[in-house]
Amino acid sequence: MDTHVRLEGFGWRHAGRRAWAVRGVDLAVTRGERVLVLGPSGAGKSTLLAALAGLLAEDSGEQEGVVTVDGVDARAARERVGIVFQDPQTQLVMSRVGDDVAFGLENRGVPPGQIWPAVDAALEAVGLNLPRDRSTAALSGGEQQRLALAGAIALRPSLLLLDEPTANLDPAGATMVRDAVRRVLADRRTTLILVEHRVADVLHMIDRVVVLRSGGAVVADGSPESVFAAHGDALAEDGVWIPGRPVLPRRAGTPAGEVLLWARGVGYRHPEQPEPALDPTDGRVRRGRALAVLGPNGSGKTTLALLLGGLLEPTTGAVVAAPALADGSLTAPPLARRVRRRPGDPAMAPHRWPAAALTQRIGSVFQNPEHQFLANRVDEELALGPRRLGRRPAEIRSTVDDLLGRLRLDRLAAANPHTLSGGERRRLSVATALATAPPVIILDEPTFGQDRRTWIELVDLLAKLRDDGCAVVAATHDADFVDTLADGVLRLGA
Amino acid sequence: MSLAASTGLARPDAPLARRNPVAKVGAGLLLSGCLIATLDPVAPAVALAVELATLPLFGLRLGVLARRAAPLLLAVLGIVVALVLFSGDRSGRVLVDLGPIVVTTGVLADALALSLRLVAISLPGLIIFATIDPTDLADALVQNLRAPARFAIGALAAFRLVPLLGAEWRMLTLARRARGVDAGHNPVAALRLFASAMFTLLVGAIRRGTRLAMAMDARGFDAGTPRSIAREQRFGAADVILVAAGGLVGAAALAISIWLGTFTPLLA
Repeated sequence: MDTHVRLEGFGWRHAGRRAWAVRGVDLAVTRGERVLVLGPSGAGKSTLLAALAGLLAEDSGEQEGVVTVDGVDARAARERVGIVFQDPQTQLVMSRVGDDVAFGLENRGVPPGQIWPAVDAALEAVGLNLPRDRSTAALSGGEQQRLALAGAIALRPSLLLLDEPTANLDPAGATMVRDAVRRVLADRRTTLILVEHRVADVLHMIDRVVVLRSGGAVVADGSPESVFAAHGDALAEDGVWIPGRPVLPRRAGTPAGEVLLWARGVGYRHPEQPEPALDPTDGRVRRGRALAVLGPNGSGKTTLALLLGGLLEPTTGAVVAAPALADGSLTAPPLARRVRRRPGDPAMAPHRWPAAALTQRIGSVFQNPEHQFLANRVDEELALGPRRLGRRPAEIRSTVDDLLGRLRLDRLAAANPHTLSGGERRRLSVATALATAPPVIILDEPTFGQDRRTWIELVDLLAKLRDDGCAVVAATHDADFVDTLADGVLRLGA
Repeated sequence: MSLAASTGLARPDAPLARRNPVAKVGAGLLLSGCLIATLDPVAPAVALAVELATLPLFGLRLGVLARRAAPLLLAVLGIVVALVLFSGDRSGRVLVDLGPIVVTTGVLADALALSLRLVAISLPGLIIFATIDPTDLADALVQNLRAPARFAIGALAAFRLVPLLGAEWRMLTLARRARGVDAGHNPVAALRLFASAMFTLLVGAIRRGTRLAMAMDARGFDAGTPRSIAREQRFGAADVILVAAGGLVGAAALAISIWLGTFTPLLA
């Protein structure tokens, strides 16, 4: 057997951290093998890939054991390794497609005469039939990730590392990237090590599954069938999306309540953009119902969420709040600020409400949780909304404690929101919107990149809110989320 | 952002637009440098005439350039208004007398000279950067001026992330409203809100920059191997001539101004 990659007692601790990101990993991968690495978030999977790519500089932390590729230290073997990360925006370097693929070739001193043929071959291999001078900013997410893949394989690496390359993409884009990966690997000469939460999507391209425990050590290693048979329950518990373990639907048990928000031909065009971000759209948001807003990237899902959330002024049409929502009779007393009621009054348009009045009526959860964080501590973050409404300290205390408990954040009350893990940040951002108990909750891609455990918690929480009489709106391209929770669907065109 | 968007403003095959970016920058610096030396209106007027005459050679249309130069024209308007209103010099013939506002030929001449100077000195930069592709500039800096690739290509890559900041800023301000935080009509609260959003923007920018640096590392950037060149930038005879022409136009403008006796040195 031709061992290609070897980790012996490997461990890494980032400089300035007390805990090891990963420790005690022993692993040998044969040339041409395709390995899926699984494990709970925080198991150090990304650190492991960074080590294999030779990207952990010796002065940036402390290493234990050895990492070798083709028998040499991974840092000295960087030319043989290609890696693709999650975020398309931050791995494209140049502004034109051809130049971006050429970037790696230039860095490695490939003779000028060989650069452009290699660029064309790499673009062809990932199925990107674009002119070389196409702007990288004009590409879709799926195209950008395939371009990143082309850049990684242009030097014909013997080892390809993929760190959740499709996590940020819509389903169509993710399929394009997976097809490109499959095509690149077709010759069986490239070894693949892949980190991916959504196992079912990549099952067809892998031979072997390696499961890391929180903290690093390998707890299971073998064929996908054997690993899932023996460790399926534990993996699902850890948040891994194991195939064949669907989540039961949570449909509304109560009849639909009254309409709280109407979208009436609402559309939006950014003043500096030629094309509208959202074409005129109609829709109704009802109490006791979960509405999913679907559509490909660029169809305006986020824009609609912002419009319904009263954060953006429509450039055409209107968002109209029901009088019961506008006058505050649905909100938990005492009301901090009243909004006058008179049908047709501009006060019925949520974007005209003062911010504090808005948070009592419509809660918005952004796709990127960090955009919403304002405080230095988790508990302060939760107290902020109620405090802006002038609630009494005792009341604020009990709201915060209740949310900390419900969203499993109680042990993190004193932590800085920016230091939380992805799942924790997501739970906190939802909790901040719930702190002011608005009857309408609008979420943008709430399940984006979440592991199975957080995913189920979120779905349960939203189902509960809906069954308690809230209106839930989620812009999403997560088909499972729609199947499990949504009572209605609003589909936007591209 | 404006640089990246500039591609497409000019016809890239125009004779001067095709020249080496370093040569264009050099010519522009020489010309503007000469003009800074004098305070009179003649030298800038001569230079401005030549600058405008070269527009077709750069593949630029006057209308397109005027739109780009809007802030500059606004500044000119500001100068004229300010001088007319506040200048202490009321010499020359009185043209308009509106009580407190007296417009004299002396005031107008001052305003004209200053405006000409401002436009003539800035226009070369505007023309040049409207016709330079940022990638070409980075390539030329590395290849023709031996600038370190670490600096030139690194800056180019970072530059790609700039447009993201605008979108991010918008989301940040909307997210603050969603959290129930707005300044209302209180300027102090508005300032605090601005500072906190700026901080979050900075944190995000650093995080993205770190990820980009890691992706560049992974593709062997600045790893010690001598870089090869995918896009060759030539610095030929035509480029030497362009740089020389930039200097010559500047020198000629100064010579004419000295010959006409209007030359007023900046450092007298």
